[in-house]
Amino acid sequence: MHKTTALRAAAAATAALLTATACSTQRGQDAPDTAAGGACKGQHTTGITDDTIELGGIYPLSGPASAYGTISKGVAAYFEYVNDKGGIDGRKVRFIVRDDGYQPPKAVEEARRLVEQEKVFAVFQTLGTPSTAAVWDYLDKQKVPQPFVATGASVWGTDDKHPWTIGWQPNYVAEARVYAKYLTDAKPKARVAVLYQNDDFGKDLLGGFEKAVAGSGVKVVAKESYEVTDPSVSAQMASLSRSKADVLLDVTTPKFGSQALAADARNTKWNPLHIVNNVASSAAVLKPVGFEHVQGVVSATYFKDPADPHWADDPAMKTYLKAMHEHAPDTDPANQFNAYGWAVAASLHRALDSMKCPTREGLRDAVRNLKDVKVGLLLPGVTLSTGHGDAFPIETMQLMRFKGERWQLFGKPVDTRKEFGPLTN
Amino acid sequence: MSTIAVTLGTDRARRLRAALTVLLAAAVAVGAPFYFAPFQVFQLTMVLLYAVALAGLNLLVGFGGQISLGHGAFFAAGAYTSAVMLDRYDTGHLATLPVAAAGCFLLGLALGVPALRLRGLYLALVTLSLAVFLPPLLKRLEPVTGGSMGLIVDKPQPPAWSGLAEDQWTYFVVLAVTAVALLLARNLLRSRVGRALRAVRDDESAAEVMGVRLSLHKTLAFAWSAMFAGVAGCLYTWVIGFVSPDSFSFVLSVTLLAGLVVGGLASLYGPLLGAAFVTYVPSVSQDLSEAAPGVVFGLLIIAVMFVAPTGLAGLPGRVPVAVARRLSDVAARRPSGVSAVLHRTPPAASAPGPESPSRPGTRASEPLTPADPETVGAPPRTEKE
Repeated sequence: MHKTTALRAAAAATAALLTATACSTQRGQDAPDTAAGGACKGQHTTGITDDTIELGGIYPLSGPASAYGTISKGVAAYFEYVNDKGGIDGRKVRFIVRDDGYQPPKAVEEARRLVEQEKVFAVFQTLGTPSTAAVWDYLDKQKVPQPFVATGASVWGTDDKHPWTIGWQPNYVAEARVYAKYLTDAKPKARVAVLYQNDDFGKDLLGGFEKAVAGSGVKVVAKESYEVTDPSVSAQMASLSRSKADVLLDVTTPKFGSQALAADARNTKWNPLHIVNNVASSAAVLKPVGFEHVQGVVSATYFKDPADPHWADDPAMKTYLKAMHEHAPDTDPANQFNAYGWAVAASLHRALDSMKCPTREGLRDAVRNLKDVKVGLLLPGVTLSTGHGDAFPIETMQLMRFKGERWQLFGKPVDTRKEFGPLTN
Repeated sequence: MSTIAVTLGTDRARRLRAALTVLLAAAVAVGAPFYFAPFQVFQLTMVLLYAVALAGLNLLVGFGGQISLGHGAFFAAGAYTSAVMLDRYDTGHLATLPVAAAGCFLLGLALGVPALRLRGLYLALVTLSLAVFLPPLLKRLEPVTGGSMGLIVDKPQPPAWSGLAEDQWTYFVVLAVTAVALLLARNLLRSRVGRALRAVRDDESAAEVMGVRLSLHKTLAFAWSAMFAGVAGCLYTWVIGFVSPDSFSFVLSVTLLAGLVVGGLASLYGPLLGAAFVTYVPSVSQDLSEAAPGVVFGLLIIAVMFVAPTGLAGLPGRVPVAVARRLSDVAARRPSGVSAVLHRTPPAASAPGPESPSRPGTRASEPLTPADPETVGAPPRTEKE
């Protein structure tokens, strides 16, 4: 009795399983879409048709780095704005945002979802060095472009094994070169103390700076590192102050940037020229210290700050603010990350426009062959340029000094490519 | 006489059912990678490897009654052992598994010492410090671990004869390891060690009087559990092909514990359910709300714990009881019918019953059955401290 019931059940289950496998296996053996003819024959056209283009992005919408998640809103707003105007070369953009919570394994999962399930044309932006490093091998194998990743590590440009991945923002070495150039010009005998975060970011910037000042009169006389998990950097600041250096290079993330600026302000016996790196230069970092304490601090930037009244009449900024108002009303357009997202999306737009073939290979080659491409929200003089042996789109930055209640640009944009030559490993 | 015959009959039926269930599960598990898309196969692989870690944590938390918030650290240790071996010494993938397992077992044995002196929340705090302190340590040991940039290693490649895709091959390798690990956990719990563990969890003094060596068993539980986490970490390296200190933040430890509690403490298949929960629910919650996936995930955990306080694994046992209670309200006028319904015990509870004739010694030292909602995964008794 029991036996027959059980057997019957087993038979039914097996039959069901077999039917499911036979009928609708989701494991499509579909051949990858390829372009039909002409010069583009055989290239991959997954995710792009004559009137649509599918893009996927992976951002930390949750977790410790969720503040950066708003970049995706700037990007999405740009694509909606472009879609309203007819799309990119007649193609409407569908931009799919996925959350990885700043965890590499989630980034891998989401990248696979975007490539295999959503069948995107390109993974436009992964955020953070760990997540990007976790997926670039996979995307390379799948031959999916990973343009303009949101991290400043120099490895995306110096590596030659991953042609499908490329950065966008000035890498940390380029930023270090800007400060080195400024010091060798303005203070050729400067003695520099460095406070840096003990990870790839801090070491990239410090290493770039030391290389860039090598052979000049500028000397690094003291350096102190801290861990992201440290509660404060006051001990490091105290030991740096004993060096009596006349420049302090402050390579920190926002929280520690505030602490270092405050420690510098408190110490009246030591008054070095304080250079704070771009990552920690937002108003949110300076405000808690008190604007009166951070007068004369120097930093560098490359895109227009939406909160700066200086750009209020700038046409690109006006377009940005209007579009943000329309397409992303729940977010603050004055947030720099939104402007960053807008600018990087606009850059991708230019790259897509310049594709010789509307294929994945076309995009891969286009982002590596940009010639002085201008993007509205980038500072005047800052353009995108890549080419053979140069996989860093932006390598120009402009110095700025804090005055009154905001940053003021000074000097000319520094093209580190021209000043120091191409960056190699 | 007739009762014995009935017992034997139900026993045979139960075994048949169990065998069929296992067969069916095996068929589904083997068939899945041929049916699902590669990325779904990848998700299933992640479920399996998390299940190994949760099964280990279950030994400690579910059956040992101790809380660990540091299992992410053992997971990381296993993952890094495998990654460093593959990266530096170019050993085969399989060679890294026993090393990661043994290494984490020893690590667990050494760190199990605080488990002797502390319990409950105090032990949780000590293990939490482990999880917090490991990522910065990994960053400092840059020459070996690659610092915060992490290590990229090769994934296991399918041999040519198999004709499988990479994701399918990885899935089968992980499936095999998981099956062995889960079987090992099950057998471990049915052995002397398992019974001793449960006895210690329920009453330390009583267990000691019965001749259970407290120090040995508590340390061993920690070590076994660390070993499972290490094996899961090793599988993780094979599947992801990349390790970095940020992959193993203390959030991982908390996620593991949450997954276990949601899946069901002190249940043999709770870890599988918990692993599925931590793998699938974050992406589902993202589909529900793009703005705040974390909030939705948290709310879902609360919802599950509200509906199923004994975890998802306890749900099938609770539903008949709840239904019976409802029915008893309705059928209060017919006492005979009520008692019949009430005595219909949930399937999990009936497990040890029919077994007792063949193994008479088992029940005396097995005071707990997973279906008792009061004692399933009884939390460590902090109030006695």
